[in-house]
Amino acid sequence: MTELSFDAAVVGGGAAGMSAALAVSAAGFSCAIVERDERLGGVLGQCIHNGFGLIEFKEELTGPEFAERFAQRIAGSGVKVLSGATVLSLDATATPKVLVCASPGLGMARIRARAVILAMGCRERNRGNVRIPGDRPAGVFTAGLAQRLVNMDGYLPGKEAVIIGSGDIGLIMARRLSWSGCAVKSVVEILPYPSGLPRNVAQCLDDFGIPLRLSCATTRILGDGRVSGVEIAPLDNGAPDMSRAERIDCDTVLLSVGLVPENELSRQAGIELNPMTGGALVDARLMTCAEGVFACGNALHVHDLVDYAAEEARRAGSFAAAWLSGERAAPGPRIKAGANVRYVAPSRAEPGRRNLIYFRPLVLRPEAVLELRLEGELVSSVKKKHVRPAEMMSVSVDPAGWGARALSGESVLEIAIP
Amino acid sequence: MAREMMCITCPIGCRLTVEVDASGSIRVTGNGCARGVVYAEAEMRSPKRVVTFSVRAAASSRAAGSTMVPCKTKEAFPKERIPELIEELRKLRTELPIKTGDPLLRDALGTGIDVVATMSVD
Repeated sequence: MTELSFDAAVVGGGAAGMSAALAVSAAGFSCAIVERDERLGGVLGQCIHNGFGLIEFKEELTGPEFAERFAQRIAGSGVKVLSGATVLSLDATATPKVLVCASPGLGMARIRARAVILAMGCRERNRGNVRIPGDRPAGVFTAGLAQRLVNMDGYLPGKEAVIIGSGDIGLIMARRLSWSGCAVKSVVEILPYPSGLPRNVAQCLDDFGIPLRLSCATTRILGDGRVSGVEIAPLDNGAPDMSRAERIDCDTVLLSVGLVPENELSRQAGIELNPMTGGALVDARLMTCAEGVFACGNALHVHDLVDYAAEEARRAGSFAAAWLSGERAAPGPRIKAGANVRYVAPSRAEPGRRNLIYFRPLVLRPEAVLELRLEGELVSSVKKKHVRPAEMMSVSVDPAGWGARALSGESVLEIAIP
Repeated sequence: MAREMMCITCPIGCRLTVEVDASGSIRVTGNGCARGVVYAEAEMRSPKRVVTFSVRAAASSRAAGSTMVPCKTKEAFPKERIPELIEELRKLRTELPIKTGDPLLRDALGTGIDVVATMSVD
């Protein structure tokens, strides 16, 4: 077995993994990225559309360009990249921690690292997760899989598609398929509003005359051997009104029904997850319940903008470096999602500094007021614009001036949109 | 005559209302910033979009696992000519290796706009 040893190991070499590794290395610690694919970049390699990097680089880049900028920084740093290497297990209780991985290059390898950063990204929900009844024909793809097949492997998944779900991935694929020679008959969305950005509705659907069916459930996928169509029905009081069900002929179905943080490894390692995000439960320094194990990027909670994932990962790397230097987080209030807020991450704030808290609203409002209450008492209110579930937002929380209550690990800070 | 449109310049997606008066002057409302006006004017006169695509590597130079090279138009391309551009890109084969920024198609359809690679592929 190959034996390797580093100050820190980062699981995953996508945007978050690369960003975290750079921060650890910049602080003077040895760091390795363990990436299962042959190249760095993660999902960005298949995101050939633009819209990335507006915040990180002040330029509009495609996914591969964004990834390459980070990969170039990695190449110029002391970070060791173990590619084609899959982490099979993590022992977070050992000192130092131990990762067992396998790769054609290394064979079986044991990596010892004092700190570990989890940056495995996320997975797509599939048909089984959303339980669409009907036949089980070939031709049903998750949108991300279709994206990979089209953009990286040069395949067309079919000739006539229906896309279920109007999140950004579904919208982007509506355009991609249309440009690639596969007609998109319709995008079917269960909510009364599109899940993705309005700009994507405009440039991916309106530009192509693709109808968007809102408040519509997909009740059956039909086909003998291969998809022949889908049955959809409008929702009436939350249930499909089958008297108004209709059939859309197609040979391909794309599912864009949500992303879930990838945490098989975290579960195996006994790391506590946040049921609201599907990612690890982390404190004010993005550290999990396992000492010296940090989480960031889509593995922690699903981001809309890779720029924010990279920024969060940079902080995780800095926090890991601080931990390696012996620094420990001071106790602070637990952060809770209140009215009209789906989740918050991280779950704690630390006194003595500004804390960046990410959250997702449950409501759609051009303007809203975010209220922060400590033990029920209003400590801060912030005006926010363009509040919508499709966009993750952030708020800077500084417990200074909240008094002794804020210094207790028992107190609760609730973030709500009344 | 008023036309509604969604600005696609940034993720906010302002709803624009564009009025054209008798002399042909355009008046834009609903924009959150000056870029919305630029977008609306372009959209009314000559709509353009940045096109991103994947070009197939030539069989002769294809390394293991490298089939497609992602690319983009260097600037927004005339919208009505995009289907024609796509046809060209579908037929195109590129030699490898290629570096990000290398042109795959110069002066596409005589527009003066290059299509460049967005990924380095060995």
